[in-house]
Amino acid sequence: MNLSGAVEPAISLEDVHIGFEEGDVLRGVSFEVYPRETLILLGETGTGKTLTLKMAAGLLKPAAGRVRVLGEPISEMPEKEILDVRRKIGFVFQEGALFDSMTVAENVAYRLQEDHLPDEVIEPRVREALRFVELEDAIDRLPSELSGGMRRRVSIARALIDRPPIVLYDSPTAGLDPVTSQTIITLILSLRDLYGVTSLLATHRLQDGFALANFRFNPEVGRVVPLAANPGEERSENGGGTRFLVYREGKVYFEGDQHQILKSGDPYLNRFLI
Amino acid sequence: MADTPYQVTGRQVRTEEPPSVSRVLGDGLKRSIAHVQDYSLLCLESVTNILTGPRYLQDLLAQMDAIGVGSLSIVLLAGFFIGAVMVMHTGSQFSRFGQTALTGDIVAVALVRELGPTISGLLVAGRCASGIASELGSMLVTEQVDAMRAMGTDPSRKLVTPRVVATLLMLPLLTAMADFIGLVGGSVVSVFTLRLDAYQFWSRAIAALDFADIMQGMSKAVFFGFILSTVGCYQGLNVRGGTQGVGRATTQAVVVSSVLILASDVFLTRLALYLSGKFF
Ligand SMILES: Nc1ncnc2c1ncn2[C@@H]1O[C@H](COP(=O)(O)OP(=O)(O)OP(=O)(O)O)[C@@H](O)[C@H]1O
Ligand SMILES: [Mg+2]
Repeated sequence: MNLSGAVEPAISLEDVHIGFEEGDVLRGVSFEVYPRETLILLGETGTGKTLTLKMAAGLLKPAAGRVRVLGEPISEMPEKEILDVRRKIGFVFQEGALFDSMTVAENVAYRLQEDHLPDEVIEPRVREALRFVELEDAIDRLPSELSGGMRRRVSIARALIDRPPIVLYDSPTAGLDPVTSQTIITLILSLRDLYGVTSLLATHRLQDGFALANFRFNPEVGRVVPLAANPGEERSENGGGTRFLVYREGKVYFEGDQHQILKSGDPYLNRFLI
Repeated sequence: MADTPYQVTGRQVRTEEPPSVSRVLGDGLKRSIAHVQDYSLLCLESVTNILTGPRYLQDLLAQMDAIGVGSLSIVLLAGFFIGAVMVMHTGSQFSRFGQTALTGDIVAVALVRELGPTISGLLVAGRCASGIASELGSMLVTEQVDAMRAMGTDPSRKLVTPRVVATLLMLPLLTAMADFIGLVGGSVVSVFTLRLDAYQFWSRAIAALDFADIMQGMSKAVFFGFILSTVGCYQGLNVRGGTQGVGRATTQAVVVSSVLILASDVFLTRLALYLSGKFF
């Protein structure tokens, strides 16, 4: 909380620019993600979603503009100091980015091992995380022996093992069949509703966003249930709501909730509805 | 930017005018200077990381095993043959003056001062600088290095320092073994072809060596180990362009580290001769 009593954003980008030799990719992007909120970042391929997430984790520095995470000006800090901030951020990479010479268990345990926790502590937590993503059987396998969807789930287990308050998901359902995509979205949902994580999720499927906006995980029943139809009620459920942000040609083209997207009738936004 | 050598640099301005000769040369020069700067930084960090935590002892041991034990057989084989060939060449020259007994002296000095460290350095460069570059390069292109950074690990501590330190520790040991096996090879050949007494060969060889020779050989080994491991890491962590880039980096790592080893050998030898005249 800052002095005015307003909630400080968990992630904020202010007029961020980034580009390569071939040209600019982002030209002045600003947005905020508030604590416990889910922000769905939509954009066609190559619009800079991955770059945005990498900047939010401090893996890339913007050419201009400022990125703040949990109040820290991450875009201006030296790498050594960013390392500590990153421990509060879980990152699910687009391609999984699992350590391919380590087993699934070692991958998931990586962050705990970094903290030199004893094996008796690590072992049950790894099992718990793998049970959460329903991959307990694969514990001793190597990433190369897993399917794409399984790898994505291991990657989620690895990101959540330390219960980070912020999780960045880079196209978690890209290239997966509808059933597996649904499983992954369910995972993200329950992670959000059980632990109250702030999520920034890049995707090019609008239905992923709608699923996150319209369902919630009910711990009493132990499964995903629809949210109340009354739009005002959504926010109270888990503190944050679900918002959408659409990139187009290096700028924020649209920002708002699902009702605004559906009502807009904008031909560009409709392209994501398929 | 300087503290994160492995990240893609975002560049905002785009220049459209056609390239001029001076621009191309200037860009090339700037790029080489940037390379030298990044490489020096990596070298510096690889050493300063030792002073503060976190340290990765487990990785260090694994690397010592991979680099030291893994290279043992080729270094020993090469040492044996080099020693044998040396005796053949020098023996045939010395026999013209009836001085074959001097073979032990010459072979010992040449091996310990020069051939032991250089051959071991080149062989380990071929085996490990390439291995390091391809391993780190593959990790970089599959985003595993980014994943590491995303989980709060400093890749220069986790990946670079264990490899550099392991090579620094193992190459002198490998060199010592190569020297010894080289003398064994030499003595075998001298017994069979020069009809020298093995005892005579060994006693002359040992008498010919003094502390300065051993110091010279070992410090070269440390130096070469530093060169080949840092070049391997640098090439691996600066891969551009996918799998093909990894291949290029691997070749580049061997070529660059071999050339640097041979070139620095000249200067190190000169320095060693100067110092041994002064101190030993
Ligand atoms: N290392 C790089 N060097 C040069 N250009 C890059 C680099 N990384 C990304 N780009 C460019 O930046 C643009 C945005 O890339 P980004 O990966 O963020 O897209 P994306 O929105 O995640 O796309 P997708 O949905 O396909 O994952 C692309 O046009 C890409 O060509
Ligand atoms: Mg992407």
